[in-house]
Amino acid sequence: MTANEPNEAKQPKKQISQSYWNLVWWRFKKNKLAIAGAIIVLSFYFVCALFAEFFAPYLLEHKSDYLEARPQWIHFVDPEGHFHLRPFVYGLEKKIDPMLRKRTYIVDTSKRYSIYFFVHGEPYKLFGLIPMDIHLFGPDPKDPEAYVFLFGTDRLGRDMFSRIIYGGRLSLLIGLLGQIMTIFLGTVLGAISGYYGGAVDMFVQRVTEFLAAFPDIPLFMALAAIIPPQWSPIWVYFMLTLILAIVRWGGLARQVRGMVLSLREREYVLAALSFGASDRRVLFRHLIPGAMSHIIVIATLAIPSMILAETALSWLGLGLRPPLTSWGVLLQEVSNVRAIRFAPWLLTPVPFVITTVLAYNMLGDGLRDALDPYGSR
Amino acid sequence: MAEQERRDNILLEVRGLKKYFPIQRGLLRRTVGYVRAVDDVSLYVREGETLGLVGESGCGKTTTGRCIIRLYEPTAGQIHFKTTALSPNGDPQMVDLLSLDKERMKTVRREMAMIFQDPINSLNPRMTVFDIIAEPMEIHGMGRGPEVEETVVRLLEHVGLRPEHMLRYPHEFSGGQRQRIGIARALALNPRLVICDEPVSALDVSIQAQTLNLLLDLQKDFGLSYIFIAHDLSVVQHVSDRVAVMYVGKVVEVADVEHLYSRPLHPYTEALLSAVPKPDPLYKSERILMQGDVADPANPPSGCYFHPRCRYAQPICEREAPEFRELEPDHWVACHRAGELHLKGV
Repeated sequence: MTANEPNEAKQPKKQISQSYWNLVWWRFKKNKLAIAGAIIVLSFYFVCALFAEFFAPYLLEHKSDYLEARPQWIHFVDPEGHFHLRPFVYGLEKKIDPMLRKRTYIVDTSKRYSIYFFVHGEPYKLFGLIPMDIHLFGPDPKDPEAYVFLFGTDRLGRDMFSRIIYGGRLSLLIGLLGQIMTIFLGTVLGAISGYYGGAVDMFVQRVTEFLAAFPDIPLFMALAAIIPPQWSPIWVYFMLTLILAIVRWGGLARQVRGMVLSLREREYVLAALSFGASDRRVLFRHLIPGAMSHIIVIATLAIPSMILAETALSWLGLGLRPPLTSWGVLLQEVSNVRAIRFAPWLLTPVPFVITTVLAYNMLGDGLRDALDPYGSR
Repeated sequence: MAEQERRDNILLEVRGLKKYFPIQRGLLRRTVGYVRAVDDVSLYVREGETLGLVGESGCGKTTTGRCIIRLYEPTAGQIHFKTTALSPNGDPQMVDLLSLDKERMKTVRREMAMIFQDPINSLNPRMTVFDIIAEPMEIHGMGRGPEVEETVVRLLEHVGLRPEHMLRYPHEFSGGQRQRIGIARALALNPRLVICDEPVSALDVSIQAQTLNLLLDLQKDFGLSYIFIAHDLSVVQHVSDRVAVMYVGKVVEVADVEHLYSRPLHPYTEALLSAVPKPDPLYKSERILMQGDVADPANPPSGCYFHPRCRYAQPICEREAPEFRELEPDHWVACHRAGELHLKGV
């Protein structure tokens, strides 16, 4: 044993080697704002995209008798001053305002509806597969009269809170899906354009310039017009995603082309070529991975504009149409002054759009600092 | 007889190599001229020897090296390389690299490799040392099995690095160590010819000597031939058997290293040699300061390209381009006045 000891001492300690992505994570972690952005973004996707049915107290199309009801506030203390551990909302009483000749609601403090957690509500299928009826919260399931409308209801008496959660699913996914398609188109075309040069480059560059010079809205209108009206809403959704990607890949392609132009002169690329590496290998092993950090940053920072574009297009009636529900479709309800005047709670999707966009920007800025694509690395 | 033997030993022979880069202007990219980066270069390398390639920046040394390994497609010329990779029984066979199709060229590439100047840029920062050194083997379809790992370990030991470092990334190494990784990669396919493109000019002087000695040791161990591109004449003197001097895309003088350094025949060589520092403090240096800059390869002067800077220039130098001739056995020079001048070496 003792004879072995010097040998063992010579053995190196466990080598801790930091890969590029380890270093990136280490730097990203230190940016509090970026972490906050990442948490907000991830929790939005978790709540809206994955478990909307569970987090929403009502189903998407659940209609109540309360049309355009105002939001109910959550209370813990009743009018007599008693504290209740279980939160509750007050009932609403319908009234006709004689001056405005309009239905209004006044808070009826005599009716108290407690909010129950993990209640059995309307049945649904989780991920479209698992039958369930448990909702995170909801009114007393034994009382058919009870209701909870935290953000009010819309023109047809549907719960805004639930609809915002459902709407977030499509709005958030369109940003992600569209951006994935954009990354694919932009990266492949940009890399090919930069790597091969010549006529291919010329062609791709002219196409991107055409797309960049073309006014967005008419282009969307033209493309949206070619979607056949009899298509099912889900196909319309995918087509819209594709349209967004087709309109937006140009910017990314130009950036990737620039990166590839500089990377392909690096000596490690020449080294690979000198050993007879194929073009595909050089592109996918050296050039695109080298540009990847840059691509991720650009893509992350572009997702908000994708979400905003969907919102704007749907609001204009060019994008998604009911029964599909996105934040843009929800906001279509407030396309007139009357709605804003008498049912301002229909605007509640707006703060969610803003929060998402800000969170994505914080995340993207943090990624950019961590990846430092403009640095010397 | 001697001539025949000389020919037999030749591993690489370049004849009339030209590389013109077009200068394109305007909207339609019309070609308005050419940069004659390499203009009619002929040279040869014998098996096991080192050919130094020297000259000022921008004289086409690197382009020549890259043309030989076909990183650039030459405009004209022939590159004959003695390869064993193409014949099924491994017999050496002289082939013109420029006549090979892509598939056969890739096979021949196993026997050639390149070492690059910049130790930071020549290694992909996203790949581990193992991946970097194994890449040539991967390109040539040898997979990533245990044999490849064994080879990588052996190569790392050969270049003086610890094999346990192979899972690290390039940024964790010093400049000299990185250059050793680059050398290990060049040796991965067991090449016969290695083109060293200024392999030490980016390194500290203290590391330069180490790296040069490593290259010399590897040459002995593996029977390598080198084309050693450099601008530092003392480095070239240390490693080369023969030296070719380039000026504005042309080879102006080739000779054995002793001959060239002691009795240069071309005024440009003399001027370069006068810039080599002498280790003797009492030596009164007589440095020849050349007038002006290196000629523009897009618009070279008439006659001998060197005549505007040459202190021995005669009217004929301005009119006629000198012939590249073998003035002494194995000592070639392109100068009208070679032989009549008595030039100073070191």
